[in-house]
Amino acid sequence: MKYVDEFRNPELARALLAEIRQTVTRPWVLMEICGGHTHAIMKNGLDQLLPREIELVHGPGCPVCVTPVEAIDRAVAIASRPEVIFASFGDMLRVPGSGSDLFKARSAGADVRMVYSPLEALALARKHPDREVVFFGVGFETTAPGNALALLQARREGLANFSMLASHYLVAPAMRALLASPANRVQGYLAAGHVCTVMGWQEYVAIAGEFRVPIVATGFEVLDILSGILMVVRQLEAGRHAVENGYGRSVSQEGNREAQARLREAFVVADRTWRGIGVLPRSGLAIREELAAYDAEKKFAVSGLVAAESPLCESGSILQGLKKPNSCPAFGRECTPEHPLGATMVSGEGACAAYYRYQRGRNG
Amino acid sequence: MAEFNHDNFSCPLPILEHDTIQLAHGSGGRLSAELIERMFLPRFANEILNRLEDQAVFEPGPGRLALTTDSFVVDPLFFPGGDIGELAVNGTVNDLCMSGADPLYLSVAFIIEEGLPMATLHRVLLSMEKAACAAGVRVVTGDTKVVHRGSCDKLFITTSGVGLLPAQANISAANLRPGDRIIVSGTIADHGMAILTSREGLSFHSRVFSDTAALNGLVAAMLAAGGQDLHALRDPTRGGLATTLNEFAASSRVGIRLEEAAIPVRPEVRSACEILGIDPLCVANEGKLVAVVAEKSAEAVLAAMRSHPRGREAALIGEVLAEPRGLVALRTGLGAQRIVDMPLGEQLPRIC
Repeated sequence: MKYVDEFRNPELARALLAEIRQTVTRPWVLMEICGGHTHAIMKNGLDQLLPREIELVHGPGCPVCVTPVEAIDRAVAIASRPEVIFASFGDMLRVPGSGSDLFKARSAGADVRMVYSPLEALALARKHPDREVVFFGVGFETTAPGNALALLQARREGLANFSMLASHYLVAPAMRALLASPANRVQGYLAAGHVCTVMGWQEYVAIAGEFRVPIVATGFEVLDILSGILMVVRQLEAGRHAVENGYGRSVSQEGNREAQARLREAFVVADRTWRGIGVLPRSGLAIREELAAYDAEKKFAVSGLVAAESPLCESGSILQGLKKPNSCPAFGRECTPEHPLGATMVSGEGACAAYYRYQRGRNG
Repeated sequence: MAEFNHDNFSCPLPILEHDTIQLAHGSGGRLSAELIERMFLPRFANEILNRLEDQAVFEPGPGRLALTTDSFVVDPLFFPGGDIGELAVNGTVNDLCMSGADPLYLSVAFIIEEGLPMATLHRVLLSMEKAACAAGVRVVTGDTKVVHRGSCDKLFITTSGVGLLPAQANISAANLRPGDRIIVSGTIADHGMAILTSREGLSFHSRVFSDTAALNGLVAAMLAAGGQDLHALRDPTRGGLATTLNEFAASSRVGIRLEEAAIPVRPEVRSACEILGIDPLCVANEGKLVAVVAEKSAEAVLAAMRSHPRGREAALIGEVLAEPRGLVALRTGLGAQRIVDMPLGEQLPRIC
């Protein structure tokens, strides 16, 4: 596979690993922000190959995992209305809410459709003018621009039967909150490469300076991740704390301005609840007042939601890098991908799912 | 006599009273009779079916029989590289021959949604005829039901089959022994990705084709080369190679280790899997088998497979270990290990 295999070359990977081993002199705790990183690390067994001084902890960068229970409950309630076609990305369908999930709602008669893009949900709205099409707009800065585009396009076409249940998050406020926590162990960040592709890396400069942590924008292939780790470790060993770009083929300092403009057009920065973590100020995106007609939360008043989390689930500590999935007492026992207690066990990007799928049985 | 070339075979749609399926076509009355006479019999005619009794009667021959059944509900009906009819024949033929059996007879039951174009049914029947002929099996009994619009999705097909087991065949998922070699007959994940990428809504133009094919010829060649050393065989359909190998490991209480780099995947299939965040190990195949062979016969079986058209890209992909029991592991290109788990139901494309 061109442009992918080159970045998985075992010879080059071994050379990078040797260089990391030569550079490191003492223990360091690095956090990979993005769930995509976590999966790539576990899938390729990179954590087994790194020198033991380097500990990787797994960050909150999984949109499915941080979407609060209330949002899932609201989605199930809206999807269950007879006039609604509820369109969602595949990985949201199995995420447990308080009592149900979207798959269960579908088997109980709800019209829930899996789509690959918000624009498909728009197409559904055009095709079914007599139905209400609701798209579950979930994600970080990576998916948010596409969702913004769908909202703006709906307004342009006057698609009155389209709306979005939005749950969008911003990565930088979470990175800041984790470092500010008294329990923080993170000494360096692998920043989420695709978020940086959209947003650039300028917003990290203040964080790196204030908390004296190196931050490296990192891609998702084996060589990307290893060179990201090497860049962070070099800085740590030298006592530096700069923002560096380790994913130059995709990331620029200013990011994708066009995408940023669409985000500003459709959304405003707002406080957000992160599942397992709590409310973080100015950490998400809400649909602008001008687009309220396309905001499913306003369009469909859902009341009486009582969100309930499993008391056994420790995903909050896991999402903050305070715990590893396999140190949770419920891991692999009460909580499995078949019967997930929390979203981190469900998503293709969730840390618990990655541990269960690729490395269960190993001691962390 | 010159061999009949089915690739050039075409047959015009018979002229019938209706150009779509009516409820009455399943009523058992005159329209049912017309459907059987004009559509089904010309495709599958043989002396057993032609008797048009409620059951097929045949001499089984000496030895043990293998019996299997499978239902086909694929959407879309026609996909790159095949269709539901071909799949319904090949799927049952393959389930039979994975025991080492020689497939002989099939039964076919159709559940048809009212309003299905007659031309669609005809096209499916033609491809079933072609597939049955290629596999050397005969359709000897059948049934048709027509249901109200909305009660099924266009067309569902159930095929059952019987085959004759050779006396020496002892093939079972419980027969794996430490030291055995794991062989796959060709590239994996072709069928599942052909279906996924041809479904409505996925807007990329794919060059991915289903691998649907009957494997009884390949199995016969493998049995001739490996005999009793052929310990286990299975066609990794739904759930893919990952599911089949986990079933093997659990049934035989052994471990399995795969070499990631040895598993053949077409570049275009790998690309489609990467884009959608899907693991090719968990994707369905319809014309591939995975074999577990005693070490001493592994090379001979592999060579026999590679000289058969259905096994040209066969590859040795791993081995059976005594421990850890029930676990399938995979060694990555970098030398690290990871678990290969059974997928959980439907594979869900990721968000980003």
